[in-house]
Amino acid sequence: MATAGRAQGAQIKSTRASRLDVAAIRKDFPILETGIAYLDSANTSQRPRQVTGAMMDYFEKFNSNIHRAAYRIAEEATERYEGTREKVRAFINAASTKEIIYTRGTTEAINLVAYSWGRKHIGSGDLIVLTILDHHSNIVPWQILAAANGATIEYVDIDERGELRLDQFHDLLKRSPKLVAFSQVSNALGTINPAGPMVAAAKAAGATVLVDGAQGAPHQGVDVQALGCDFYAFSGHKMLGPTGAGILYGRRELLEAMDPFMSGGDMIKTVRIEGTTYHDLPWKFEAGTQAIAEVIGLGAAVDYLEGLGMEAVRAHEREITEYAYEALSEIDGLTLYGPPPSRRAGVISFALAGIHPHDLATIADRDQVCLRAGHHCAMPLMTRLGVAATARASFYVYTQKDEVDRLVGSIKEALRIFA
Amino acid sequence: MSTAADDQFYREYILDHYKNPRNFGRLEHPDISHEEDNPLCGDVIGMDFKVTDGVIEDVRFHGRGCAISQASASLLTERLKGLPLAEARKIGKDDVLGELGIQISPARIKCALLSLKVLKVGAYGLAGEDEDDE
Repeated sequence: MATAGRAQGAQIKSTRASRLDVAAIRKDFPILETGIAYLDSANTSQRPRQVTGAMMDYFEKFNSNIHRAAYRIAEEATERYEGTREKVRAFINAASTKEIIYTRGTTEAINLVAYSWGRKHIGSGDLIVLTILDHHSNIVPWQILAAANGATIEYVDIDERGELRLDQFHDLLKRSPKLVAFSQVSNALGTINPAGPMVAAAKAAGATVLVDGAQGAPHQGVDVQALGCDFYAFSGHKMLGPTGAGILYGRRELLEAMDPFMSGGDMIKTVRIEGTTYHDLPWKFEAGTQAIAEVIGLGAAVDYLEGLGMEAVRAHEREITEYAYEALSEIDGLTLYGPPPSRRAGVISFALAGIHPHDLATIADRDQVCLRAGHHCAMPLMTRLGVAATARASFYVYTQKDEVDRLVGSIKEALRIFA
Repeated sequence: MSTAADDQFYREYILDHYKNPRNFGRLEHPDISHEEDNPLCGDVIGMDFKVTDGVIEDVRFHGRGCAISQASASLLTERLKGLPLAEARKIGKDDVLGELGIQISPARIKCALLSLKVLKVGAYGLAGEDEDDE
């Protein structure tokens, strides 16, 4: 069996809680050889050879459908596809692989919960608590549900540092919300929310709790049992995996009681004209032919991150973020949004006086610096900050300081052009 | 870091229109007022028109946006002032991009054409009403 998906290479690139060997890591990412300074990992990360290699193995050596064929390569495909489930279970410390549902990504995972759990449990007059920091994918499905079922949504505000107003959060909990959903880490500001205490307080108030881990899982990891949330959603493509494969974790008793989301092939036990019985967990929620190569790629991405160690990943991002924060702070006319670097993930949102973020991103692109400009799928937050858009630099395991220096160079160039 | 390409992209007159936009502001009693936003970035451009006998007598634009969208709106208003609505109707995408005179990447094309969209949706609506009145 091919071992391209194993992170054997990565294992010598750090030991737990030590420093990442970024030069060695960068050799695993061929795209970086093009000379780009990729500062948009919060949007989507790059993928190492180990991930694309695992996917190519599937295409070239055992491409076939899963769960049905009796021949050898289909068994191999099924084994590798299901193998990702155990890797993910261990990565987030879920109690069982039955609690690991494959989805296309965070968006589909949250939509699944809104549909299969929400429609049954959220009724007229019920309260849903979200936060102003949330990504549209953790707002819009709840708005649709609330409109359909007559529920109310309240949003926890932020303070001047871009951190959640916990006083307001606790006040809202007194109103016994049915559901509390929030992001572990803000994609737009990088704010690391105090997820543990928030989940504990929301559970104590009787709420069901969903944590959007799209920016949390890739950068600091999670232990869902320690966290105590009911649902946890994240995307493979933001954690070195391919697009099209993500995860919904759900507590088993909740998932057991939920109806399917998508239905059709592969999610059934028996289909008769009189009616259908559904498959067991987790397959009840996985209708139709799945993104097999992508799920296998996600497994390789988890191996790669485990090889590096999430503590070392977090430590590296923190070092880069502190470096970038300091460098950007020194630029006249530059406004930084969000908390100090010690309290944020590898994301820095900023604005330049008199220069629109899109113009800055275009100028940076001329220097092969990939910078995000826009509302970051967080329009309520942009409105709250009083801006239409910000520029955003975000970092990952392969980011090095000279890429931050190149960003600073592009910013100075923009200031010169617009002076 | 300076390259010929970005200096060419942000040509002097585009920066001039961005920093000193022509016909920027609001009209007091416009015959037409219309706004459009660019969902990609949340930028907004609005235009007010004063139309007399089928001719755009005065026009102002307002809103916020990048150098490309603001310069494009500023250039468009210069062109529209004094133009019969029937002529304004003929202004197309290529005219607007031609006037900017720079290579616009696919990612920025919506910025460049936002003001044209305001004109199309706003002013052509009024032209239609006029026809109905007759």
